[in-house]
Amino acid sequence: MTAADPKVTLDLALAHGLTAEEYDRIIRILGREPTYTELGLFSALWSEHCAYKHSKVFLRLLPTKAPHVLQGPGENAGIVDLGDGWALVLKMESHNHPSFIEPFQGAATGVGGILRDIFTMGARPIATLDSLRFGDPEDAKTRYLIGGVVSGISWYNNCFGVPNVGGEVAFAPEYQRNPLVNVMCVGLVQTDRIFRARAEGVGNPVFYVGAKTGRDGIHGATMASAVFEEGAEERRPTVQVGDPFTEKLLLEACLEAMATGAVVGIQDMGAAGLACCSSEMPARAGTGMEVELSRVPRRETGMTPYEIMLSESQERMLLVVARGREEEVKKVFAKWDLDAVEIGRVTGDGILRVSMDGQVVAEVPVRALTEEAPVYEKPTARPGWLDALQAFDPLTLPEPPDYEAAFLRLLASPTIASKQWVYRQYDQQVGTNTLVLPGSDAGVLRIKGTPKAIVVTTDGNARYVFLDPYQGGALAVAEAARNLACSGARPLAVTDCLNFGSPERPEILWQFAEAIRGLADACRQLEIPVVSGNVSFYNETEGQAILPTPVIGMAGLLEDAGWRTTQWFKEAGDRIALIGPDAVSLGGSEYLATSGRQLAGRPAPVDLRLERDVQAACRAAIEAGLVSSAHDAAEGGLAVALAEACISGPEAVGAEIEVESLGRADLTLFGEGPSRILVSVPPRAQRHFESLMGECQVPWRFIGTVGGGRLTLKVGGSVVVSLSLDQIAHAWRTGFERHVA
Amino acid sequence: MRFGVVIFPGTWSDCDFHYVIGEVLRQPVKYVWHRDTDLGDLDCLILPGGFSYGDYLRAGAIAGRSPVVEALPDFVARGGHVLGSCNGFQILCEAGMLPGALMRNECLQYRCQSTHLFVENADTPFTRGLRPGQVLKMPISHGEGKYYADAETLRTLKARNRIVFRYCTEAGDVTKDANPNGSIENIAGIVNDAGTVLGLMPHPERAAESAMGGTDGLLLFHSLIGSLVEDGSVLKG
Repeated sequence: MTAADPKVTLDLALAHGLTAEEYDRIIRILGREPTYTELGLFSALWSEHCAYKHSKVFLRLLPTKAPHVLQGPGENAGIVDLGDGWALVLKMESHNHPSFIEPFQGAATGVGGILRDIFTMGARPIATLDSLRFGDPEDAKTRYLIGGVVSGISWYNNCFGVPNVGGEVAFAPEYQRNPLVNVMCVGLVQTDRIFRARAEGVGNPVFYVGAKTGRDGIHGATMASAVFEEGAEERRPTVQVGDPFTEKLLLEACLEAMATGAVVGIQDMGAAGLACCSSEMPARAGTGMEVELSRVPRRETGMTPYEIMLSESQERMLLVVARGREEEVKKVFAKWDLDAVEIGRVTGDGILRVSMDGQVVAEVPVRALTEEAPVYEKPTARPGWLDALQAFDPLTLPEPPDYEAAFLRLLASPTIASKQWVYRQYDQQVGTNTLVLPGSDAGVLRIKGTPKAIVVTTDGNARYVFLDPYQGGALAVAEAARNLACSGARPLAVTDCLNFGSPERPEILWQFAEAIRGLADACRQLEIPVVSGNVSFYNETEGQAILPTPVIGMAGLLEDAGWRTTQWFKEAGDRIALIGPDAVSLGGSEYLATSGRQLAGRPAPVDLRLERDVQAACRAAIEAGLVSSAHDAAEGGLAVALAEACISGPEAVGAEIEVESLGRADLTLFGEGPSRILVSVPPRAQRHFESLMGECQVPWRFIGTVGGGRLTLKVGGSVVVSLSLDQIAHAWRTGFERHVA
Repeated sequence: MRFGVVIFPGTWSDCDFHYVIGEVLRQPVKYVWHRDTDLGDLDCLILPGGFSYGDYLRAGAIAGRSPVVEALPDFVARGGHVLGSCNGFQILCEAGMLPGALMRNECLQYRCQSTHLFVENADTPFTRGLRPGQVLKMPISHGEGKYYADAETLRTLKARNRIVFRYCTEAGDVTKDANPNGSIENIAGIVNDAGTVLGLMPHPERAAESAMGGTDGLLLFHSLIGSLVEDGSVLKG
C-alpha cells in the first residue's frame, strides 16, 4: 500500500459500486481488509460489465456448441470453421455510455475495442458493422450525437483500414438520453494460427505492448455498470481517447509477433485494463501472475498502482511470451515503434501479485476475481402495463385517408430511409474483398484464394421486443438469418449485443430473461450457435430505460461467392414472387409509429419451422440460379420492401403488383411479419422456380412483374398506390439525411 | 517490369496493390519498407493509400520526409516511375514531387464512393493505352482529397498538359456535381513534368476485378507495363 492511498472502508467500497455483502465477501476471501488497489481490482472485475453477474444465469440458455464452433463464449471473441484451413472470428460490443457522454471518442474507442478483440485471437479484421439507436430525429441533441458517433466510427475505421460493410440506424424516443452504439467485427484466421488469452507456462515472461498508460478511462467498466443521473456529462474524463494509428501498428506488430511462434497467450487491455488481463489470463490457464508496475510504460507522472491497474488507456495488449524468446518479440515491436516491456511473469500459485517498486500492493487469488465473482439470480416480474399495450388492436384505428401520402411518409421515416449519409463516410472496400457494399440486406466479403464468401448482418427490432420480449428475441434471430438467406448464405454463428435497462428492476430483468428465451429457441431451431457477445445493462437515464434492444450480429457462408444475391430488381419482365406466409401485424410496426406515433399491439409471432423452410427455399432458388434478387420484407412491410427493391440498386426500375387483401389495405401493404422474402424471377427460370417452391413446400405466390417507371400496388383488385420512381426515391433518399445534414 | 509497394506506418492499401499486381496482373512485386532507400531493381514504386503516421499533422506530411521518399528524386532521375494513390498522392505533394496540396474535403466529411474520371492526358506512361476524353470508373476513399494549386501552378499544369484526370459524370461532363471533394477544376490526378510520377486520389487497385465492381483501374497498369516494356525503358537492375 502506498502512502497516498485512502483508507479502505465499507463506505469507500460502496462508492466503488460494490454492495455491503460483496465487501464482506472480499474480506472473507482475503482474510483481511483489502488494500486500496485490491478494492479497485474487485470493483472492476466484479462489475456487471466484467462479471455478467446479473445475466450469467440467463445466458446459460443460449446454444453455444456445434461441430464447426472452434471457440465459443468466454474468450475475447468466438471462432467458427470455414473449411479450407480458414476460420472466422466474430464479436460485437456496445459502447453506449461513453458515446452519450462524448460521442466522437466514445464511438471511436468502441471500434478500437472490438478490433482488438478480433486481432488478439490472431485474426486480421476484415469488416466491421455498426448498429446504432438514437432518440427523436427532430431534436438538435440527436443531430449532435449522430454527427459525433458517425464521424468517430468513420475516423477510427478508416484510419485503421477496415471496411464497414453494414449495420442499422433506428430511432425511438426511449433512446433520447441513452443512445446505443454497437459495433461488430469479423476477422479471418488460419485454423492453426489461433491465439487465446491464456497465461500458460510457469516462468514465462509477461509483456506489456502498445500505447503508454495514462489516467484516461479509469473505472470505465464501473461506469458501464451504473445508470445515468443528471450531470452524466461530468463523467467525460472516464471516456477513453482513441488512437487508430497506434492500433494499426499494434495489429501489424501483434500478427507479426504471433507468426514468430514466440507468443504463448495474448489479451487486449479493454474494460478494466491491466486488472482484467492480469487476472483473466492466468485464471483461464490455472496459473498465477506477478506484475511490477514501475515497469509499465506511462505517459503521465505520479500514477498510483490503483490508477495503473484500472486505466483503460487504449491500444494496449498483454502478452505471455515463451521464455528465452523475448528478443524475437521485442524486435518486432521495435520495428513498429511500439513499446514492448517485460513487466512480470507467470507463476504457479494462482495468485495475482502486483507490486510497485518491489513493494507488494495487491495479492489476490485470480479465481476470486474471475470465476468466483458473485452471480445473482434476481427476481423478474412481467410488467403490469404490458397487457393493456398488447390488447391494443391497431385495426381499431381508421385507414389512412391518403395511402400514397402514408406510404411516402413511411419511406421517409429516418429508420427506413436510405442510410447513405452514414455509410459514405465509411471506407467500404479496403482489403478489396467487399463483393456487396452497404445498402443491401447483408454485406458480402470474398475469401481470397477460395471460391467462398462471408456474409454478415446485424438486426434487432426493439419495438417487437418491448411489446413481446420472447417473440422479439426470436424475431431478431429469424430476421438476421433471413437477411443472410437473401444473400444466398447459410448462417454459421451469432454474436449478440444485449442492451437493456437496469437488471435490478424486476420488469427489466423479465424483459431480458424472456428475450434470451426467444433468442435461444430461435438459435436452436435454426441451428445457429451463439459464439460470443456482450451484455449492456443500465441503459437508463433518470429512471427512463431504453427499449429492450438485443442486437443480433450474424455471419454466414456462401460456398460459392458467385451465388451472392442483392436486394434490388435487375431486369424488366422478371416476375416477382413473395415466399412465406400472410401472417402480418401492424402491432409495433413502423407504420404505426410514423402515422399514429404509437407503440402498441403485438408483433406477428414467428413460426420457426416455417422460417427455416422459407430460408431454405430462398437459398435453394439462389443456388439453382433462379432468382435475380431477394429481399426480406421487414420494417414497413411488403410495400417498403418493394420500394427498396425498385430504387436501392444502381438503376431504378418500377414494378406492378397485385395482391389479395388481408382485410385492409394498410395491413396488407404495411403490416410486418416474419418469414417473408421477396424475389424476382427471370421468365426463363419461372417454371423451374415454380416446381422448386412446390418441392420446398412453402407458401408462395407470384405478385407482379418488374418494369416501367412507377411502382403500382393493387390490393384486392383496386389500385391503392401508384407513384413514380422519382417520388419514391426522393422520399427514401432524403428521409434520413434531412435530419442530419 | 518490377513493382515495389511502399509500407509506411499506417498504410493500408499496400496489400491491395500487391494483390492486384502479383495475382491479377502476374507481375513481379515486393514490399518496400519506409526506411529502405535502395530501390535499385525496381521499375515502378507504388505509394499506396492509408493514414501514414495517422495523418495527425497534415495528410502525408511526415511520410513525405521519410527515407524512402527522400530517395525518390534519384529514383525518378534514373528513369523510375512512381504512382501515388490517395495517401500516396498526398505524400508526393508534401514531398514536393508534385505541385499543389490536398486539403480537407469541401463537405468536411470522409467520402467513400464511386467516381468517374475524365482522361485529359493520354500521353503519359500511365495513360498511354487510353484515349483523351475516355471516362474511367474508380472509387475514392478519403477525407482530405480537395486538390488545390495557386493560379500560377494551375497555368503551368495546363500549359504542360499535366492534368491527367478530372472528376466527371458518367457521360464525361466535368461538372460541379461530379466533384466529390471540391477539388479545384475537378482535378483528380496530375503528373510531373516528365510524366513519370502520377498522383491521383482515386483507387485504381479497387477497380481491378469485375467482382469488385469494375476493371478500369487495370488500364493504368496495362498502359504502364505496355509503355515500359515496349519502349525498352525498363530499368536495368
